[in-house]
Amino acid sequence: MNATVDPKKLIKGATGDWEVVIGMEIHAQVTSKSKLFSGASTEFGGDPNDHVSLVDAAMPGMLPVINAECVAQAIRTGLGLKAQINLRSVFDRKNYFYPDLPQGYQISQYKDPIVGEGEVLVDLPDGQQITVGIERLHLEQDAGKSLHDQSPTLSFVDLNRSGVALMEIVSRPDLRSSEEARAYVTKLRTILRYLGTCDGNMEEGSLRADVNVSVRRPGEALGTRCEIKNVNSIRFIGQAIEYEARRQIGILEDGGKIDQETRLFDPGKGETRSMRSKEEAHDYRYFPDPDLLPLEFTQAYVDELKKGLPELPDEKKARFIATYGVTAYDAGVLVAERAGADYFEAVAKGRDGKAAANWVINELFGRLNKDGKDVTNSPVSAAQLGGIVDLISEGTISGKLAKDLFEIVWTEGGDPKEIVEARGMKQVTDTGAIEAAVDAVIAANPDKVEQAKAKPTMIGWFVGQVMKQSGGKANPQAVNDILKAKLGIE
Amino acid sequence: MTDLTQLTLAEARDAVAAKTISSTEITKAFVDAVEKARPLNAYVLETPEKALAMAKASDERIAKGQAGPLEGLPLGIKDLYATEGTRTTACSKIIGNFVPAYESTVTSQLWRDGAVMLGKLNNDEFAMGSSNETSAFGPVVSPWQRTGSNAKLVPGGSSGGSSAAVAANICLGATATDTGGSIRQPAAFTGTVGIKPTYGRCSRWGIVAFASSLDQAGPIAKTVRDNAILLRSMAGFDPKDSTSVDRPVPDYEKAVGASVKGMKIGIPKEYRVDGMSAEIEALWQKGADMLRAAGAEIVEVSLPHTKYALPAYYIVAPAEASSNLARYDGVRYGVRVPGKDIVSMYENTRAEGFGKEVRRRIMIGTYVLSAGYYDAYYVRAQKIRTLIRQDFEKVYAQGVNAILTPATPSAAFGIGEKGGADPVEMYLNDVFTVTVNMAGLPGIAVPGGLSTEGLPLGLQLIGRPFDEETLFSLGEVIEQAAGRIALPQRWWA
Repeated sequence: MNATVDPKKLIKGATGDWEVVIGMEIHAQVTSKSKLFSGASTEFGGDPNDHVSLVDAAMPGMLPVINAECVAQAIRTGLGLKAQINLRSVFDRKNYFYPDLPQGYQISQYKDPIVGEGEVLVDLPDGQQITVGIERLHLEQDAGKSLHDQSPTLSFVDLNRSGVALMEIVSRPDLRSSEEARAYVTKLRTILRYLGTCDGNMEEGSLRADVNVSVRRPGEALGTRCEIKNVNSIRFIGQAIEYEARRQIGILEDGGKIDQETRLFDPGKGETRSMRSKEEAHDYRYFPDPDLLPLEFTQAYVDELKKGLPELPDEKKARFIATYGVTAYDAGVLVAERAGADYFEAVAKGRDGKAAANWVINELFGRLNKDGKDVTNSPVSAAQLGGIVDLISEGTISGKLAKDLFEIVWTEGGDPKEIVEARGMKQVTDTGAIEAAVDAVIAANPDKVEQAKAKPTMIGWFVGQVMKQSGGKANPQAVNDILKAKLGIE
Repeated sequence: MTDLTQLTLAEARDAVAAKTISSTEITKAFVDAVEKARPLNAYVLETPEKALAMAKASDERIAKGQAGPLEGLPLGIKDLYATEGTRTTACSKIIGNFVPAYESTVTSQLWRDGAVMLGKLNNDEFAMGSSNETSAFGPVVSPWQRTGSNAKLVPGGSSGGSSAAVAANICLGATATDTGGSIRQPAAFTGTVGIKPTYGRCSRWGIVAFASSLDQAGPIAKTVRDNAILLRSMAGFDPKDSTSVDRPVPDYEKAVGASVKGMKIGIPKEYRVDGMSAEIEALWQKGADMLRAAGAEIVEVSLPHTKYALPAYYIVAPAEASSNLARYDGVRYGVRVPGKDIVSMYENTRAEGFGKEVRRRIMIGTYVLSAGYYDAYYVRAQKIRTLIRQDFEKVYAQGVNAILTPATPSAAFGIGEKGGADPVEMYLNDVFTVTVNMAGLPGIAVPGGLSTEGLPLGLQLIGRPFDEETLFSLGEVIEQAAGRIALPQRWWA
C-alpha cells in the first residue's frame, strides 16, 4: 500500500482533487502443451474445434483430471511473485450458462487458491518504485469462443480454448494512476515471461486484464468501484482507466453516485460502457468440484521447483548495477525482456559495462524498434556488437565510425574487425599525420586562431575541421590534445 | 434341454468354461427371453446382433484357450453407462438419441473380460428415483407380483431395469449404479443381490453423472457369488477418474463361503425407525440370528446422526446434480428446442427435455447453492456428512466388522402408488441406504425372506471402506441360510 497520497497523481476535478484507486485481475494463460483438465492441445489457432477432447466438450460422463504441469507453472508463478504457496487448495465450480461454456460451469478456485499473498515491485518512468500487493493467484479453465459473424441467424461456438489453463492473478487496490497500472501489467508480464509460465501475448489473448476502478477524495474511504472486463492491451488499460476515472468524477461532482457494475472498454470510441449492473450479476453458486480431490503437494515439491527458477528481473537488475556499473534506469531497460538481458550480458562480459549498455539500449534496441524486430532475431549478434565495442575501446575506430560500422553489420553482416580492415575505416592515431592536418587548418584560418585564444570553446570548430580532413578517421582525443597544445589553450 | 436363463452367472461361467454350452447358445437363449419379456419394459434398447457377434467372438476365444473371467456371459447394461456406438440416454428425453463415441471404463473392463452385451437397461431418469417411474421410456414392471394379485409393482429404482432383468432371468447379471440406494433398494425389491462398492472402487468415467461425490457403479445379480465375480471385473483404479482409488482388486469370489466365525456384527439402534413394520423388524432379527448361527457375534451399536442423513442427502445430491446436468443445454448434443434468444432456447430445451422429478431436483439443488442459502443448506449438509462418516468410524474402531440393517422400510409397492403428491414419500425409501453413500462405504443387499404378501425383503450389510470381501462372506451366510428366493412366475410370457 502507498500510505501517502502523491499530489502529482491526483486528478483535478471541477470541485477539487480526486484520487483514483485501481486493482487488477490479470488472466494469464498458462504455458503448457495440454489443457488444465484434459489432454487436448493448447496450440493457438487451428481450425475451429480442432483441439477439443470429450472432456472439453462436456460429453456425458466425462471427468476432469488435473494437468500436473499447469500446477507446477502456477507454483513457479507464485514463487516469482514472492507469494505464499498453499500446499492444499480446492477446485470449485462456478456455475453459469453460456454457449461457450460446455459444462455449464467453469472449474476455478474460489475459497482456497493455490497461491496466496505476494508482491510485485514496479518501477515508474520517473524512477520511483512502488510495491503492489498480490492478493492471490488461482487456476481456472478458459471458456470457448462464440462466433457471431458466420451466419445471419446463428452463432457458432469454437471450443479450442475451452479448458485451457488460466492463472487469475488478483492485485490489491494499490495502484493510483493509469501510469502505475500500465507499469504494473508490464512488470507482471516481464516476470511471467522470465518464468516461462505465460507468453504474455496480449494480441492472442494470453494476457487479459479486468480493471477495478474507483475514485475518492484524497484520504477518504474507498469509493464504489466499477470493473472493466477483458481489456487486452496495456495501452487500452491506460485509456480505460483515464476514461473511467473521469466518468466517475463527473458523476460525483454532479452530485450523483456510482453504481457498482461491470463495464466494457470500447477501444474504437475510447470509452467504457455498462455491461451489467450489480443486480444483474450472476449468482455463480460456487461449490467444491466433487469430481476433483483437493489439490495437495509437499513443500519438498515446491522447493524443487524453486531450485529450477531462473534469475528474475529484480535480481538481475540489481546484479547488472553491481556487476556492470550501469545506472538503475539502464538496468531496468535491459532486464525488461529476458532475451534482451541475455544479449546485454553477452556483450558486457569482459568489456566496459556502461559502454555495452549504451550500445545495446541506444543503438541495438533503437534499431530493432525502428525495424519492428525482436532481439531474438536481431541481425547483429551479441558477438558482433561486442566486436564493435572492442574496436572503440581499443581506439581503432571513433564512436561516429562505429555507428557507421554498426549499420554495415546490420545490413550486410560480417566480422566488424574485418570490415574495418577491408574498408580502411581505422582511426588515425599517428600523431604525425594529425599534427600535419592541424597545422594545415591553423595556417588556413589565422582569424579563427585569434578568436579561439579569446574563446577556448572555439576549439570544437577546429576539431571538426581536422576530422573532416581526415575523413573521420582521426582519433578525436588525439586531435583535441594536439590542437590545445598548438593553440595554447588549457 | 434345461432353460439356460435359469443358470446363475457362476454356473453359466463354469458350463461355458467346461464347453458344455457355448456362449452363442446361452446368448441366444437370453436374446429370446429378452424379446419375450418386453412387457416388463426392462430393456430400453435390445442389441441382439451385437450380443450374438460378441458371443461368436467369445466362442472363438474359448476355442483358442484365451477365455477371460466373464467369457461369453450375457449381461444387461444400465443406460447410464456410455457404450460406444450404442445409444446411451440415461433414460432422459434430453439425450434421447445420444450415441457416445466412447465406452465407460467399467463396461470396457467387462468386455475386456469377455462379457456379452444384451442391451441397455431402463432406469429412473438420470438415476433420480426409487421406483423406475421417472424414466422417459416409462416404468419398468417388476417380475414379482403379490400373492393372488396381478397388480403391477415397481422393481425399485433407480436401477429398476437391472433388478427386474436379473429377477426375470433376462440377463445373467447387470450393471447398476447407486447414489442413495439405487442398487440395494431395487435388489431388495426383486429378491436379487446388489452391492454398492466403496466410493472410488469403480471408475465413474463414462457413467452419466447424477451426484459425483455419491455415485458408484456396482452389479446386480442373482447370487452373492455372481456379485463377487462381476465386481472383480468392474472394479479398479482409473487414471481418468480422479476420485477412483489406486489399490489392488482382490479375488472377491474367494471371500464367498469364507468363515464369518468371530466377526462382530453391529445392529444400529437408530435404524429402528418410527412406524417400522413388524415384518421388517422380524426380518432384521432373522438376519441377525442367521449370522449368529454362523458364529458371528451380534452387538448393538449407535450411529447417532442417522436421522439427519436423508435430509442432508437431499441437499447434497440435488446440489451436485443441478451442476452436473447443466451441460444438457441444447448447444452441443441432445435435444434442442429453439427460442427467440439463447436464454429462451435454454429454457425451452430444459423444460422439454427433462422430466418432472429431474426438474424438481435441479431446482432444489440450485436453491441450496444460491447466495444466502449456501451456508444454511449445503455447508451444513456437508457437516452432517462428516458426522455420519465419523459415526461409522467410531463403530468400526470398536472392532465391528460390518453392520446389519434392513435394506428398505417395506416390500415393493405398486406402480403409481407412491410419491404422486408428496415426493418425500418416495424419498423415504432411501432411509436405510443413503447413510452408506454419505459415508462412502460399501453396502450389499441380500434377500432375507418373503413378506406376508409373497414379496421379497432384503437385508443390508454395511462394511468397512474397501472391505467388500467381508460383505461377500456375510452375504453368502444369509443367502445360504435364507435360501435362494423362489423366482417369480413368468406371467409375461
